[in-house]
Amino acid sequence: MVFQFIIYLAYLFGALTFVWALRMLSSPETARRGNIVGAIGMGVAILAAMVAPMNGASNNYIWIIAALVVGGWIGIVASYRVKMTAMPQMVAVFNGLGGACAVLLAASEIINANSFNYTPNFAQTTNILFTLLVGGVTFTGSMLAYAKLEELLKDNKFVLPKHAIFNLVLLVVILAMGIYILVVGLDNSMLMAVAFAVLSLLYGISFVVPIGGADMPVVIALLNAFSGISAMAAGIIYDNRIMIVGGILVGASGVILAMLMCQAMNRSLLNVLVGGFGGGGSSAKAAGDQVVREISLNESAIQLFYSQSVVFVPGYGLAVAQAQKVCKEVDDILTANGVDVKYAIHPVAGRMPGHMNVLLAEADVPYPKLLDLDDANAALANADIAVIIGANDVVNPAAEDDPGSPIYGMPVLKVWDAKHVIVLKRSMRSGYAGIENPLFFHKKTRMLFGDAKDTLTKLTSELKTL
Amino acid sequence: MEFIQFFNENIVLIYLLIFAAILGFEVISKVPTVLHTPLMSGSNAISGVVIIGAILLLRTARSDDYLTLSLGFIGVVLGMINAAGGFAVTNRMLEMFKKKK
Repeated sequence: MVFQFIIYLAYLFGALTFVWALRMLSSPETARRGNIVGAIGMGVAILAAMVAPMNGASNNYIWIIAALVVGGWIGIVASYRVKMTAMPQMVAVFNGLGGACAVLLAASEIINANSFNYTPNFAQTTNILFTLLVGGVTFTGSMLAYAKLEELLKDNKFVLPKHAIFNLVLLVVILAMGIYILVVGLDNSMLMAVAFAVLSLLYGISFVVPIGGADMPVVIALLNAFSGISAMAAGIIYDNRIMIVGGILVGASGVILAMLMCQAMNRSLLNVLVGGFGGGGSSAKAAGDQVVREISLNESAIQLFYSQSVVFVPGYGLAVAQAQKVCKEVDDILTANGVDVKYAIHPVAGRMPGHMNVLLAEADVPYPKLLDLDDANAALANADIAVIIGANDVVNPAAEDDPGSPIYGMPVLKVWDAKHVIVLKRSMRSGYAGIENPLFFHKKTRMLFGDAKDTLTKLTSELKTL
Repeated sequence: MEFIQFFNENIVLIYLLIFAAILGFEVISKVPTVLHTPLMSGSNAISGVVIIGAILLLRTARSDDYLTLSLGFIGVVLGMINAAGGFAVTNRMLEMFKKKK
């Protein structure tokens, strides 16, 4: 009895560390310790689950320990090998595996109900099916998100006409099958349960297919919430409090995070999920007669070198080209020459909110140089030059002055307030939102075409000759 | 009817779900953008708590029930990748912020 008491205490401790970890992760000073606190809590919970008294359990410790070692090794090696730019994909994969774990738990419940002839009651069956559905969607959805972010798959490749309606129909079919299983009883509807699982997995794919580009972070946050919810549902199967509490904490915080991300883009969650973006902009003005003005490397170097203040606006292009370190080199040369260099970080710059901060931190850019939206706009108003490195939609003036634009109302970085604007860009292609950017035709704007890393490297050598 | 019965029998569970959800909303609703990615990654690691279920499944499986043993084994491996990898990757991200303060 005392032993059971200790186990309960350990679970309680674990659950509290999760809350504590999330709390600490929300503040820059304590974030790192918060993560460690969470890891300790997880360790304690795993230990407690291993030694908790269970009547007649055969324990199979060899299996458990082997699995812990294999999983821990894979996880840690993978997380230390991944490049910082590929971080979002990694999170998606880890997240998907958690969902897959929940699917396996639900599947084993169903198999056991079948082979040992025990009949789960109504509530248990509902919960098993729920775990299967949410876990399945988390698994396949995350894997597809991974494939998209890794660029193994082109965005929108498998989008059906009226995809939103297809998804809705699929969901209704899945729910109808669930109701059938509930009515007939799980032990009498094995085939139907298998079909339910398959369609749940399919739904995960279909759910993520129409969503692409800048919306991916929102989906990952949402799938993260789903993995939490599936952990919670699995916790109800095992009547395990720490799974329930941990799962629902992640579920709630994931939903909040997805909503915060949508807010930064001034869009609703529903809008993102239906995937009605791109190709739009009925009022996007024809750009035919507008002039694009180019600038040479040499000229940009001179302008930057003799300016007083420069604001870099890094975007997705910088992340893709892995140009953060070269960017820092340019920064160093300019700073040494007395130029005041700052970075304007849009909330959704990069592949995930905060991703750009991580990348620039990796390149040793001092934290106080990174400005968030409001500070950045204040700095831009006084800046001599704004250098845009692979950002597009987050610096689109149409968000301010074109009510017909699909991104109208989204808070943007007002780079056009600076005296001059230099845009580093691979080509004149439009951004992820697929809309024209009038900034490129602005009278203050000069374009510097080429791969971001390549251009910045050349710019460094130009600057060194000055 | 089934629902009402379920509700009555599990009222403590329902309290737990509601309070934990509110806590989850409240605890992170004021988070700076900089920390969105590490926070997502950290909470992803916490969702690896599903591993507890897989451990319990393995412990209760009969020693000759190789199907369940295999399912549980894969479950623990996947859960562990999620938890260990999740915490490790978050730590790596946050380490970068720490260096320069």
